[in-house]
Amino acid sequence: MKAVVTVVGKDRVGIIARVSTLFSENNINILDISQTIMQDMFTMIMLVELKTATVKSVNGKLNALAEEMNLSIHLQHEDLFSSMHRI
Amino acid sequence: MINPFEILETINMIDKENLDIRTITMGISLKNCVDPDIDRACKKVYDKITYYAKDLVKVGEDIENEYGIPIINKRISVTPVSCLVEALDDATEDKCVRIAKTLDKAAKDVGVNFIGGYSALVHKGVTPGEKLLIESIPKALSSTDIVCSSVNVGTTKAGINMDAVALMGRIIKKAAELTADMGGFACAKLVVFCNAVEDNPFMAGAFLGEGEGDCVINVGVSGPGVVKCALEKVKGEPFGVVAETIKKTAFKITRMGQLVAREASKRLNVPFGIVDLSLAPTPAIGDSVAYILEEMGLEQCGTHGTTAALALLNDAVKKGGVMASSYVGGLSGAFIPVSEDAGMIAAAKSGTLLLEKLEAMTCVCSVGLDMIAIPGDTSAETISAIIADEAAIGMVNTKTTAVRIIPAPGKKIGDVVEFGGLLGSGPVMRVNEKSSADFIKRGGRIPAPLQALKN
Repeated sequence: MKAVVTVVGKDRVGIIARVSTLFSENNINILDISQTIMQDMFTMIMLVELKTATVKSVNGKLNALAEEMNLSIHLQHEDLFSSMHRI
Repeated sequence: MINPFEILETINMIDKENLDIRTITMGISLKNCVDPDIDRACKKVYDKITYYAKDLVKVGEDIENEYGIPIINKRISVTPVSCLVEALDDATEDKCVRIAKTLDKAAKDVGVNFIGGYSALVHKGVTPGEKLLIESIPKALSSTDIVCSSVNVGTTKAGINMDAVALMGRIIKKAAELTADMGGFACAKLVVFCNAVEDNPFMAGAFLGEGEGDCVINVGVSGPGVVKCALEKVKGEPFGVVAETIKKTAFKITRMGQLVAREASKRLNVPFGIVDLSLAPTPAIGDSVAYILEEMGLEQCGTHGTTAALALLNDAVKKGGVMASSYVGGLSGAFIPVSEDAGMIAAAKSGTLLLEKLEAMTCVCSVGLDMIAIPGDTSAETISAIIADEAAIGMVNTKTTAVRIIPAPGKKIGDVVEFGGLLGSGPVMRVNEKSSADFIKRGGRIPAPLQALKN
């Protein structure tokens, strides 16, 4: 399953490192990354492919990381965005 | 890849603007559960519901997890229960209540939060089974927790059954009295319709209509908060811009509903019925239809201009949503349930929003007088007359109208009735004190209007 991951929060050292380490540990392949600073906020959007991990377990780990690093992290099925924004 | 702004827009809608799927409702036909024996009938009903809906809640939660979109309610609607009563040998009110309790238990066992369809369609005439079912409504609703009931008393094609209207006034009073300790809560689960729709996923009025299949998935979207936030960006612009903004937002909301509906239908292996394009408010701040109207430039919902604002909103929601879904149905429009909408509660409390204005608003919104608390000493005839007025609006305008009104026992104008959860809390509103008793006493039928003669 392909999913869009968004990471938003105050910029600091190691955000990309921690998030991508988590993905690598869970056998999740990163297909695309875009990262920018929007309104002073670190904003990263990734397209990933879940190979074996379930959404529920990854969400649990991402939530823990989000809390620890004071970020907002979402992982959502790609179709949500394509169906809302593309005809 | 979708561009970052679009992705963040979606996430903002969900995180900050209360965008959600309001309900996935599974319609289950009870037509093959009829049986002259009450025990066998109840067993068939229980078995069928728990078999068909066993995965409904889990699938809802899975979708919620994968797509990161909240799905607030998972619900069941069934064929009007009057069809089961009709077939019973020696049917009694107690037997009807047993069916209600069976529905309650089945719904709780599969984990849904409401089950609708303790209903009868009596817009032209009443059969003995339907009469019995209607008379059992107060007891059924007060002795169950999550069963919802509805009665259709009029249609554009048939006119209004004024005997049923008179009866429903008394039924509503009785239902309130039996749940007096909970502010007349049973009435919050009872809707009186004109032109009821067969595929409505929203409670309390959901039932699976005569023309429906064995099992179907209907989805109701929501998102007043999203529309309100979109309008904040076009302050002071002319109405063309307002309508366009609402349309675009409704399109996006509905696309999400369509996605969830399709996915749920696939995973449950049940045909997809419709997406109901409704703006359904909740008592949460920022999830209010009244705030949308106020954003258009009204100081408070209920003042002059409210009906026009609501008409524009209702129409734009439909225009935006209709292209986003392959099948649109249900009630589709803006809901105005007073106790479930923070802005309406405030407007009713301050005296800006009156029953008369709400009645006018129901001419242009999707349903009718919804979740309105009135003084406990309001007479059954006055309640019937309120129903008759609403039914007349529905009949003449070929639209659905409904009355879900709570004569809160012991409460007076200005008191507040707490219903809790999504049902919110409602200030007791003033009703006209002049009598309508002789009008209601006449009985019979109001003939179908000229609008019915289209053939």
